[in-house]
Amino acid sequence: MNILYDWLIGPFFDFSFMRRALVACFALSFGSGIIGVFLVLRRMSLIGDTMAHSVLPGVAIGFMVSGISVPAMSLGGFLAGFLVATFSGFICRFTSQKEDASFASLFMISLAFGVLLVSIHGSTVDLMHILFGSILAIDDMSLILMASVASVTLLAQAVIFRGLVVECFDPLFLRALNGYGGFYHVLFLVLVVLNMVSGFQALGTLMAVGLIMLPATTARFWVREVWSLICLTTLIAFISGYVGLVISYQFNLPSGPTIVLIAGMIYLFSLTVGSIDGIFLQLMTRRHFRS
Amino acid sequence: MTIDSLISMNNVTLAYDRHPAIHHVSGDFVRGSLTAVIGPNGSGKSTLVKTIVGLIRPVEGRLQIHGINHRDIAYLPQVTNIDDSFPISVEDVVLFGLWRRTGAFCKITRSMCEEASQSLYTVGLEGFEKRAFSSMSAGQRQRVLFARVLVVDSQLILLDEPFNSIDSRTINDLIQLIEHWHYEGRTVIAVLHDYDQVRKYFPESLLLARELIAWGVTKNVLTSANLSRARAMSEAWSDDNLDVCHVGI
Repeated sequence: MNILYDWLIGPFFDFSFMRRALVACFALSFGSGIIGVFLVLRRMSLIGDTMAHSVLPGVAIGFMVSGISVPAMSLGGFLAGFLVATFSGFICRFTSQKEDASFASLFMISLAFGVLLVSIHGSTVDLMHILFGSILAIDDMSLILMASVASVTLLAQAVIFRGLVVECFDPLFLRALNGYGGFYHVLFLVLVVLNMVSGFQALGTLMAVGLIMLPATTARFWVREVWSLICLTTLIAFISGYVGLVISYQFNLPSGPTIVLIAGMIYLFSLTVGSIDGIFLQLMTRRHFRS
Repeated sequence: MTIDSLISMNNVTLAYDRHPAIHHVSGDFVRGSLTAVIGPNGSGKSTLVKTIVGLIRPVEGRLQIHGINHRDIAYLPQVTNIDDSFPISVEDVVLFGLWRRTGAFCKITRSMCEEASQSLYTVGLEGFEKRAFSSMSAGQRQRVLFARVLVVDSQLILLDEPFNSIDSRTINDLIQLIEHWHYEGRTVIAVLHDYDQVRKYFPESLLLARELIAWGVTKNVLTSANLSRARAMSEAWSDDNLDVCHVGI
């Protein structure tokens, strides 16, 4: 019993940085539900990734202006992410280039520019901190920011849910009905950027998207409805966060990658034995057909 | 105005993706008419329907709908525009047709669900409410989308290629439904490919080939002279398109 306590609960009672990290994971998980699931359903999984990286120059400029300051870096990150999203939307509307291509181009520019800025004005440690996050060094300000983003995301989810579903399923139908289907798309992109900025505090710009996308792709192996996908995604994200923190503490591993790897292991597990399209299940049914 | 026009077009020119798609179309869709929009691939049929719905604005000319708000039109987009792997129940798809009443926030009442069930019954899918849309066959999906058109209960119904890759039994059932709408006095405009269907069931047709070739009673529109003229024009575009591409590069 004692061993279990020491392993699973003890670290969180003994160290406040572990408690903060856990709360941070919890906040991120709530955002990841709607964001991750709709990114997957809209076939924008990789766009989520590019959005996460594109916040970097904004974060770097925030860092240059006021050092490691959460509000400045977050605001910068949000503006940079939103700028990239708007500009790529603009490109795909006014040229024949598709959304994924314009996102990919802009995010590379953005990422390179960001790394350049940080390298010139900070140390390698700062760069590592921004690229890979520091979930064990989260301060009150970051926690408040992450909790606010989670709250805003949940509220917005309640407001735009129906519209977002119709817009994904049959965009022309919605546009014909109310003339502003694009409104949901823009609002959704704003939420994506907000969650990426929130995730970057904990997991860094390179891995923020890990805790958002992996649980969402995993959930598709188990449930079918949008609401159940969102619930399961949130749950998986939280479990990955908790288990990842415990393991990284016990084995003295870096937390960010451990958390994302746990989410990755849950994904591989679901891919193998998942009840919808799992590999194992497909092998079984094939055998069934043969006999 | 001597005729009871529902949609009147006056010298309408439409562009799609910044390329002109239809030139200088004028004419009227009469209230209560049943019209097939036909023409070779790329002739601008879908563009015309999208313009009537209000998704595209004419670059020139005027298109007016009399007595019906844009938002009250029942519109069935091409199936290729619909994400058929999206996880959603049949009932929810039909309920989207009530968007005018539910909007993004209002509660879905029991009577709305009954309306949805009733329209599913009409299209021959009684008891399919909780089934996943993605698990159905192409024909069943199209029946569901017709049920959604039914609940909109509109005086103007626009169908964009409703019978593409669908089994013949479903087509027959759905054509009966269209004839019933016509009988009820609703105005129906459908983009179609099968000329035999058009001859048999659609009293009026509009033949497009980036411009209006003919419009009126079907047997006067679907003449071999008109059809070969449309075909000749469509062969000319392929060269056109090449030019556009070269200029683009």
